[in-house]
Amino acid sequence: MRTRFQQGLDELKGKLLAMGGLVEHAVDLAVRAYRDRVPELCEKVFEDETLINMAERDIDHLALDLLAMQQPMAVDLRFILAVIKSNADLERVGDQAVNVVQRVMDLIALPPAEMAADIPEMAAIAAQMVRQALEAFVSGNAELAQQVLETDDIVDRLNQEIFLAMDKTMRESPALIRQALDTVIIARNLERIADHATNIAEDVIFWVRGADVRHHSGLIEAQK
Amino acid sequence: MNISVRELNAWFGRTQALYDISMEIPANQVTAIIGPSGCGKSTFVRCLNRMHETLPGTRVEGYVEVGSIEIYGNGTSPVEVRRRVGMVFQKPNPFPAMSIYDNVAAGLKLNGSYSRRELDQVVEHALRMAALWDEVKDQLKKQSGASLSGGQQQRLCIARALAVQPEVLLMDEPASALDPISTAKVEELLFQLRSQYTIVIVTHNMQQAARVADSTGFFLLGKLIEYDKTERIFTTPADKRTEDYVTGRFG
Amino acid sequence: MLKSQPTRNVAWTRVLADRAATGAAWLAALLVISPLIAIFGYLVVRGASAVNWAFLTHAPRPVGEAGGGIGNAIVGSALILGISSLLGVPLGIGAGVYLAEYGRGRLATLVRFTADVLNGVPSIVMGIAVYALVVLQQKHFSAFAGGIALGIMMIPTIARTTEEMLLMVPRPVREAALGLGVSEWRTVLSVSLRTALPGVITGVMLAFARIAGEAAPLLFTAFGNQFWNLNVNQPTAALPLQIYNYALSPYDEWHQQAWAGALVLIVLIVGTVCLVRLIAGRGVMKGTA
Repeated sequence: MRTRFQQGLDELKGKLLAMGGLVEHAVDLAVRAYRDRVPELCEKVFEDETLINMAERDIDHLALDLLAMQQPMAVDLRFILAVIKSNADLERVGDQAVNVVQRVMDLIALPPAEMAADIPEMAAIAAQMVRQALEAFVSGNAELAQQVLETDDIVDRLNQEIFLAMDKTMRESPALIRQALDTVIIARNLERIADHATNIAEDVIFWVRGADVRHHSGLIEAQK
Repeated sequence: MNISVRELNAWFGRTQALYDISMEIPANQVTAIIGPSGCGKSTFVRCLNRMHETLPGTRVEGYVEVGSIEIYGNGTSPVEVRRRVGMVFQKPNPFPAMSIYDNVAAGLKLNGSYSRRELDQVVEHALRMAALWDEVKDQLKKQSGASLSGGQQQRLCIARALAVQPEVLLMDEPASALDPISTAKVEELLFQLRSQYTIVIVTHNMQQAARVADSTGFFLLGKLIEYDKTERIFTTPADKRTEDYVTGRFG
Repeated sequence: MLKSQPTRNVAWTRVLADRAATGAAWLAALLVISPLIAIFGYLVVRGASAVNWAFLTHAPRPVGEAGGGIGNAIVGSALILGISSLLGVPLGIGAGVYLAEYGRGRLATLVRFTADVLNGVPSIVMGIAVYALVVLQQKHFSAFAGGIALGIMMIPTIARTTEEMLLMVPRPVREAALGLGVSEWRTVLSVSLRTALPGVITGVMLAFARIAGEAAPLLFTAFGNQFWNLNVNQPTAALPLQIYNYALSPYDEWHQQAWAGALVLIVLIVGTVCLVRLIAGRGVMKGTA
């Protein structure tokens, strides 16, 4: 039943996942640019940003059309709402990737220095969270989404550790203040990426279970 | 006046149409009854004012309390029940041989005697409540009820039902035969009326239920599947069958 | 293209068939109306000359004397028809209401059967029956007996028509009344009957027109009267009866009066029906059927 509607829903999901792919790629490029100090990769991220913004607009239009034309109810309504919200979160992740790359450009212009901060590890976890949240979206898997929520604590802790480490570095080695500042900001951007992944996971849970677990308030209810 | 239904069963001859329906319908609210064709929603509503038994071969068992009156109790006359529980039908059915005025006054005139003054007042009040007064006030006695447009006829039927001042208003798909603008007027009416009446509306149009009702009950094959606040039914229904119905997964 | 050729031929034969059918319908209509026109025309030709004010207002004169009229017969007919209506209309409508509302049991089938049989009873037999039942008991002829005979003859037609018309009142109209808390019997009387009223009146008029021209039932009941009479317990003149007597007489003047009387009878019947329709029509609202 409702073939036209079902096709619309499938198309919406497909577009969101494609956008997710773009975003994941952008984050991956940003981390590699940081690790390998390659300016060309930064350029690529700026280009991806344009594509990501277009995709966001595209998804919003399709979602709006489906809302207006198909009068979705219950689970379908929750799904479309989840798509619209995750759409915004993904676009923000893209923005954060751009922010990271801007700090990387700054770092590349400075002499290389070993920082007491494992940015690649933190980035890997954040990227994994985004990937997992999108996987949860594909399969409507609320348990997977829940794992994403739990991983956020790790990223928060890492961010805090890096902040303290850079604080120490800046006091002990004033010549590295600039690099330290860049590192703090990059860590913060990664922490924001993890937060957006968490939001996407909460949206998945709301869609699948009808439970509002935002801000970690309804985890118990969601477990029912 | 709230309605309390307990273990209501109804039959058409040998065929059972309603199975153990129990629900509490709160006063001064709009309660919608939705469900696919043949699910028993019209039958249910017609049991609330003892209209079901006017068809030959029908039977009703169970308890229905309107306010404090057990309407199927011994000694309760169906006629009395129907004066307190009014009904508006799917297809507008004004009395064809009567003028607009007589149509609205029919419930009063046929049940007792009232002075011309009293009738005039009641008729005007009822027509105003039904948002029809301005359109017909100059033609009250000259035009027959059947000469109005479909939407106006239905509002006339609503005025007629309101004129006897029932406590409950039952509406069996009141807008299904109307165009969108007339439908919107009727829905707006429901919104205004709920402060004074308890309204139960049967509708096969889910969006209408979503628009007008405070609570919604979903019927399927003669059983009440789910009954909850309207927002819950349409955003996070508890039963899969309800969800399948409201999302259009089955017709 | 090939398509146009066959279409043209088929269309032509269809038009021909259509015209032929229309022509046949017109012909049939004319055939039906013509006896009516012929009769009326003949009556006018034979009788109009004798119709004058004196004719309409005087009682008959003995044979040989000129003048005289059907005045007493007109009044007598009105009297007898009034009595029969008082009997036939309420009983007929009542029976019709019963059959429509409760018409499923054995009793209803019996009532319907009786009505149909009654309808088929020859009018002369009806007259003889009432003679035996009423006239012999009362030991005199009377307008009352005549009214009974004619009244009984009205019942089947009125009952059947009333039943039909009531059954045609749509169920939603009844339900609307029931839904307002109107009792069943009140619904039937004030809503169903009121809605069906035009049809019921037609039924009553049909029955009336039929009995207004009956002479046979009156032969042994009202018997006829050469003089003015307003007493229902006495033999009374009636127009059909008078026409019958005049027609069978050997006198030319009375033959002439018979023709005139027949003309007057038809005019009065048609006039009454039209008048009733007019009055009933005033009560019907604008926009109803």
